[in-house]
Amino acid sequence: MSYIPTREEIIEDHDNVVYERTCLLTDNALSYCPGCGHGTAHRLIMEVIEEMNLQADTIGVAPVGCSVLAYDFMNIDMQQAAHGRAPAVATGIKRLYPNKFVFTYQGDGDLAAIGTGETLHACNRGENITVFFVNNGIYGMTGGQMAPTTLPNMKTATSPFGRDTETMGHPLKITELVSHLPGTYFVSRQSVHTPANVRKAKKAIEKAIQYQKLNKGLCFVEIVSNCNSGWKMTPLESNKWMEENMFPFYPLGDIKVPK
Amino acid sequence: MATVKGEIVVNTERCKGCELCVPVCKEKTIAMSGNLNSKGYHFATSTNDDCNGCTNCAIVCPDGAITVYRVKLKEEKIN
Repeated sequence: MSYIPTREEIIEDHDNVVYERTCLLTDNALSYCPGCGHGTAHRLIMEVIEEMNLQADTIGVAPVGCSVLAYDFMNIDMQQAAHGRAPAVATGIKRLYPNKFVFTYQGDGDLAAIGTGETLHACNRGENITVFFVNNGIYGMTGGQMAPTTLPNMKTATSPFGRDTETMGHPLKITELVSHLPGTYFVSRQSVHTPANVRKAKKAIEKAIQYQKLNKGLCFVEIVSNCNSGWKMTPLESNKWMEENMFPFYPLGDIKVPK
Repeated sequence: MATVKGEIVVNTERCKGCELCVPVCKEKTIAMSGNLNSKGYHFATSTNDDCNGCTNCAIVCPDGAITVYRVKLKEEKIN
């Protein structure tokens, strides 16, 4: 019969820790709603940077949107850009400091709406930056209005009867769009709602960071996320809704991988 | 007989009660407490000794509120 240690004996020895919050996230409470994928996305990026020991060599660019305060949570050098202009700011930073790791962290209202021009041209120029794109199909921060990425027939504050594609247009699959541009090197779409998906997303983020060292072009990782406040659901319901509705339209997986 | 034993420690002030950790726990160790934290959220808590330290709850937690510990149980030799 083996000896079974008590709870106190296990948790008092720090060598027994198999998982703890990365030190690259500050102690500030995240400003996101309960269950929001932004928190997991922040944590994964910071975990990878910690594991690669890049804290001193990383410059992040925060967007406008729910994640506008990302610089408050990520304990690295950060710059906050004007709405949609994060890829342009990151371009300037990377050209001034080519040896730094530069990334942008943007939502769909920032990257796929007001910042479409900056995004497409940064991708087309093949800037050696990494773009993390969190897509929840809605303008979460301003109260759940329709975004370019809103699904057909999806109800939002400004499309209360569902998005009618005849009058409101079709959703923009910007990740597929940039994958066709010659300037992108690695394009992937992931999600962070289950442990398996979190592990896959972390691998994609690792690749996107490693590939930047090769100077072969822009790396683009989309994270399909929930917006339970904007979708008017509980976190668990919104994850189920995301699996049933978002994933058929935004299929997960690597879209462009280096040959 | 389990060969590992895990424990979780929830930072109750950081937890926002989203319940994402509850369905991913295969041992049904983690559940929502009836108590509230200072922000008024029902926080997650460990309810039994079946935890095997798989870290599933911690890696889906958006707020990074869960720390996971794991020890290997040593077999004592019987002479």
